[in-house]
Amino acid sequence: MKKKADAKKKKGKEFQTPYTVTNAVKEGDVFTKISLLIMGFGNMAHKQIGKGLVFLAVELGYIWYMISSGFHALAMLPSLGWREQEKVWNDKKMIYEYTAGDQSQLLLLYGVATLFITFLFIIVWREAVKSSYKSEVLAKEGIHLNTFKEDFKSLFDQNLHKLLLAGPVMGILIFTILPLLYNISMAFTNYGKLNEHLILFDWVGLDNFKKVLNMGDSIGKQFYSVLGWTLIWAVLATVLNYIFGMILAIVINRKETKGKAFWRFCFVLSIAVPQFVSLLIMRTMLQPTGIVNSILERYGIINSALPFFTNAMWARVTVIVINLWVGIPYTLLQVTGILQNIPAELYEAAKIDGANAVQAFFKITLPYMLFVMTPYLITQFTGNVNNFNVIYLLSAGAPVQTGLTAGRTDLLVTWLYKLTVDFQYFNLGAVIGIMTFVVLAIVALVTYRNTASYKDEEGFM
Amino acid sequence: MSKKKKDIDGSAKARKHTVNVIIHVILAILAFIWVLPIFWVILTSFRAEKGSYVTTFFPKGYTLDNYIKLFTDTSILNFPRMFKNTFVIAIFTCIISTIFVLSVSYCMSRMRFKMRKAYMNIAMVLGLFPSFMSMVAVYYILKALNLSEGSMIPIALIIVFSAGSGVNFYVAKGFFDTIPKSLDEAAIIDGATRWQTFTRITIPLSKPIIVYTILTSFMAPWLDFIFAKVICRADSRYFTVSMGLWRMLDKEYINNWYTCFAAGAVLISVPIAILFLCTQKFYVEGMSGAVKG
Repeated sequence: MKKKADAKKKKGKEFQTPYTVTNAVKEGDVFTKISLLIMGFGNMAHKQIGKGLVFLAVELGYIWYMISSGFHALAMLPSLGWREQEKVWNDKKMIYEYTAGDQSQLLLLYGVATLFITFLFIIVWREAVKSSYKSEVLAKEGIHLNTFKEDFKSLFDQNLHKLLLAGPVMGILIFTILPLLYNISMAFTNYGKLNEHLILFDWVGLDNFKKVLNMGDSIGKQFYSVLGWTLIWAVLATVLNYIFGMILAIVINRKETKGKAFWRFCFVLSIAVPQFVSLLIMRTMLQPTGIVNSILERYGIINSALPFFTNAMWARVTVIVINLWVGIPYTLLQVTGILQNIPAELYEAAKIDGANAVQAFFKITLPYMLFVMTPYLITQFTGNVNNFNVIYLLSAGAPVQTGLTAGRTDLLVTWLYKLTVDFQYFNLGAVIGIMTFVVLAIVALVTYRNTASYKDEEGFM
Repeated sequence: MSKKKKDIDGSAKARKHTVNVIIHVILAILAFIWVLPIFWVILTSFRAEKGSYVTTFFPKGYTLDNYIKLFTDTSILNFPRMFKNTFVIAIFTCIISTIFVLSVSYCMSRMRFKMRKAYMNIAMVLGLFPSFMSMVAVYYILKALNLSEGSMIPIALIIVFSAGSGVNFYVAKGFFDTIPKSLDEAAIIDGATRWQTFTRITIPLSKPIIVYTILTSFMAPWLDFIFAKVICRADSRYFTVSMGLWRMLDKEYINNWYTCFAAGAVLISVPIAILFLCTQKFYVEGMSGAVKG
């Protein structure tokens, strides 16, 4: 444990430099201090014109943005607007004209985006100050300062990561993190169809969370029942897929099984067909008048259609069974390679000791597989909690009790989708999204910490 | 004594034989269940009678009309155009995502810099949010950037499918980790830059994972219907294939279009299935890392 802490300390030191903002403020000369206000000034003073100009351009761009729209966006953020769209009689043209009202969701977006841009600007500003200070110190010590051309060249060598990561990081910042922040902030407003808050809405603090977590409320009741089913679903879907997939892989891998490649092909074929195609087909097959029911009725096996998606219990079993159809081939694909890696001596030794096939499975195969595949199982579990396709395409959450928004097979994600897209309760949808994240974060943390392969990477054997 | 032993041997052999037969029968039944829905959709795509609900497993008559209608009847649901849209989107998505994923994976595997650990942790945390939780927010951002109307919709979809791909680096990073570092070091001693080790050493050694990345990113636009639905809204000119197929099962279309849905499903499944089966080796290798030691 102590070793680990030491290693951590060492790691922290690896990237330490004397060129920090604090040092720059304390010990920097006039030029560096001016660069606190005029970014890049210190660089330019030490002949790094190109670099300095880039910093200066960033600062000017930010100032221009703030004056043209940023300050207004920040000012509107606390109120989220109040002017309603109004009809005004225009005397000259003799018509009614609509005055543009405030649109809260746009104001919220601009506000969040401005905060976000300001945060990024502060990071660049810190870099600029550090860079000025560094050029000052290096110039004092008479060490060669990189020219703009050399800086550019270094992007292909020791600073390659800056070049390679620029695009992906921009993409993630603008189209993953910014929307996420925007969406999370919706959870604290009354943005939704309820009481007509689709155009103008306000901050409501934690009200939505209270509503969702309150057992007495209708939404709260639905939340706990959906949460319970989501967890049951995720555990069953993960565990059953894993066990049956592994048994299937073992059976196919037996020495005596003929035509291994053919069997594998049959099962893997179902992965190759796009999921939304195969699931939509299953859904039409299992409808009350679908092919399965009509064939069973024709042969007199049943009198009335089986309630695949109309009875809560039936629907739940149906989605789990069909998920086996979807999931087992994936497990098969994953497990086959690993099974062949288990040292054969282990089985031979077990055989000599008189163990039968079942014992060998529980004493050797299962522990080995669990050890190797725990991370895979955790990703499977989180994947199943977020398994939108299987539920939405098959049952779409049905059966739904009238008056409720969540059906009996709805997972948190499909409920989230329905709340935002079908019912337009954007605020509640955002709360559900956050709660899903909380559930997954807890599960991921607890399991990662307790798995053998996390604690000791080479423990098995 | 010896006769008795022979008996035991014989019965054990017989038992083993029955077990073997039973296992093969079970496998056959399971394989049948797995192939059945696929087989059924192929049959449906050639079915002559219309409508979604039939009472016999095998069609009463066979025809190619469903395929012909899919490509000629463009008045309501224009399948050729959807196919073209999706194809263009998939190509661009594939190029951008592949570059992003490989770049990030290389940095995480080979470069050591200050924000590396932070980046990996952030990526993991982002992965815990439901992927489409912020779809409405993404829509408004695209709207603010004037990308949500008319001919900008394909660009919006390309951005949506590829912009966030930088977080999916785990598989490729795992693969790069298995390529010996000594190769890089030797090249650097010989005066190669980092960029050269990336493009001349790592990339050529990573064929399986490149194929895997290209394939998964190329397939994404064909399979997604959530973002496509939110971004295209009702503008059917820019529908992707999956949205069109989804549309065919709507109440108003299902009677006339169900068999065409099956035909369309077969048409997009066949290339994807062939691609997948050909590259299955890469898929498995990509997951486990191919170049060892």
